[in-house]
Amino acid sequence: MGNIERRKLMDRVFVIVGLFALIAALAVLFALFADLVVQGAPRLDAGFLTSFASRKPAEAGILAAWVGTALIMLVTACVAMPLGVAAAIYLEEYAPKNGFTAIIEVNVTNLAGVPSIIYGLLALGLFVYRFNFGQSILAAGSTLALLILPIVIVATREAVRAVPRPIREAAYALGATRWEVTAHHVLPYSMGGVLTGMIIGLSRAIGETAPIITIGALSFIAFLPASPFTSEFPFLSFAWLKDPFTAMPIQMFNWVSRPDPDFRVNAAAAGAILLGMTLLMNGLAIWLRFRFRKRIYW
Amino acid sequence: MNPQQTIPASFRASIRRRRARDRVIETLLLAAGLAAVFATAAIVWILVSEALPFFEHVPVRDFLTDTLWTPLFAEPRYGIMPLVAGTLVTTFVALLVAMPAGTVIAIYLSEFASHRLREVVKPALEMLGAVPTVVYGYFALAMVTPFLQKLIPGLPGFNMLSAGLVIGIMIVPYVASVSEDAMRAVPNDMREGSYAMGATRFQTATRVVVPGALSGIAAAYILGISRAVGETMVVAVAAGLQPNLTWNPTEPAATITSFIVQVSLGDLPHDSIGYQSIFAAGLVLLVITLAFNIAGFVLTRRFRETY
Repeated sequence: MGNIERRKLMDRVFVIVGLFALIAALAVLFALFADLVVQGAPRLDAGFLTSFASRKPAEAGILAAWVGTALIMLVTACVAMPLGVAAAIYLEEYAPKNGFTAIIEVNVTNLAGVPSIIYGLLALGLFVYRFNFGQSILAAGSTLALLILPIVIVATREAVRAVPRPIREAAYALGATRWEVTAHHVLPYSMGGVLTGMIIGLSRAIGETAPIITIGALSFIAFLPASPFTSEFPFLSFAWLKDPFTAMPIQMFNWVSRPDPDFRVNAAAAGAILLGMTLLMNGLAIWLRFRFRKRIYW
Repeated sequence: MNPQQTIPASFRASIRRRRARDRVIETLLLAAGLAAVFATAAIVWILVSEALPFFEHVPVRDFLTDTLWTPLFAEPRYGIMPLVAGTLVTTFVALLVAMPAGTVIAIYLSEFASHRLREVVKPALEMLGAVPTVVYGYFALAMVTPFLQKLIPGLPGFNMLSAGLVIGIMIVPYVASVSEDAMRAVPNDMREGSYAMGATRFQTATRVVVPGALSGIAAAYILGISRAVGETMVVAVAAGLQPNLTWNPTEPAATITSFIVQVSLGDLPHDSIGYQSIFAAGLVLLVITLAFNIAGFVLTRRFRETY
């Protein structure tokens, strides 16, 4: 075999190796999801969603867990979205190019690399004991909001940066102030990117276990938080913010760490639902990104 | 005539009002930007202030050199070494998976794959990186460990090997995506020069693109290490929770992160030494990850500036 043939053969061999590595990685994802669904199948029914945790594996469900997760995500979104978008707008539209801005930027990058359990310790020391939030939904939601803040900021900045300069300049030429340019033109144009970043952030937050274990999520809860809706004026109550909680990943962790194999089935069922939700949110974000990229051509 | 007088008074008032509102809003936006700085400062402040009482009990020297970590026993010993060893072993196993797999995938996507394949595969890899870590923990305990037990007879049900392998799979998408970015930053002129000399794709990839992107690839590894060090749930589920000073990945052991989880699961009073010990452990974790993150940051900056 000549030199050229040998080199070309190496090319083909690498294509096979590369494809194999890719397929192996994706096969893991597929096998994982399939295994969770198959193992958890006996427990995947309506009763699983409407029962509380129980000592008996066959009667246990995830009612408290999914309600807790939904409320925590609500708090996380309400804190992370305004804070993250505002910080990103400041950095892209307002910030002067100086050392002070550089410090903020380095901090955002740095926060993205801090392990999630450190956020849990921060929240335990700060939110739970110093701010007196207690081991509550409010503390959990705020913690996860801090955790996804860098994701929201980076996504928003990219979306805002993609708005063409002439749009801003046209608005300035008509006498708009900087905030008017931002609020009336830049933000509406970049809403798709902001939304995508928010969904990616929430899909990360929904599966985070370590930080909310650290602040003291309970793994056995047989009641729901106070209802956010009341029959009397003003029809809304925020008492649930201070309630103790459990969440989907906590419930799954609790079940997976029990030696009883029947609880393993519950863990698989909870995992299938949790993974399904994460993949759905990511899929939605990818689809949104794809759509916005295709439709917008100014 | 003064040009100001040609503008109606009402309009001037409106401009003044809008400018004032702009200044208020700018201050609010700046405050949001400062939240990131505040968060970093708060992390350092909380970890240090809560760990200080711990170091009043335990001399730093003992903390760093003692080979036993039994803070919740009647006769407590506070040597961080067993936890650091557990963390290093799982991280090392993870890297053995993530470095080769991540690099091969990055080279394939950047130099070999068609545009179309890339468009499909990158989101799929992103999803692999989005799987909740507790689900990966289940994967390690319920799928990988039984499989490994067939290959290695006598492997305990909890072991660092299985946890490390799964963490490795978990950070493959991350390593691949950062390395691919670095490879794509290599200018096309360099590839074309290589092709013009008669090199094949594989030769161009390994002798021109990879060396050109080396600092970026190194950054990908370093950021991957930082992820693996901070990973919590996989080890908490699958590696066992006993502190164990060993370099043998087939044994069970606790890591810094899984120790923090284990203590948090119990109900510790605010001022107990157990409570303080998780902040001391967290401080060590933060220092390790921070060192890797800074190194990675410097390296990525370098490869972005070269071209």
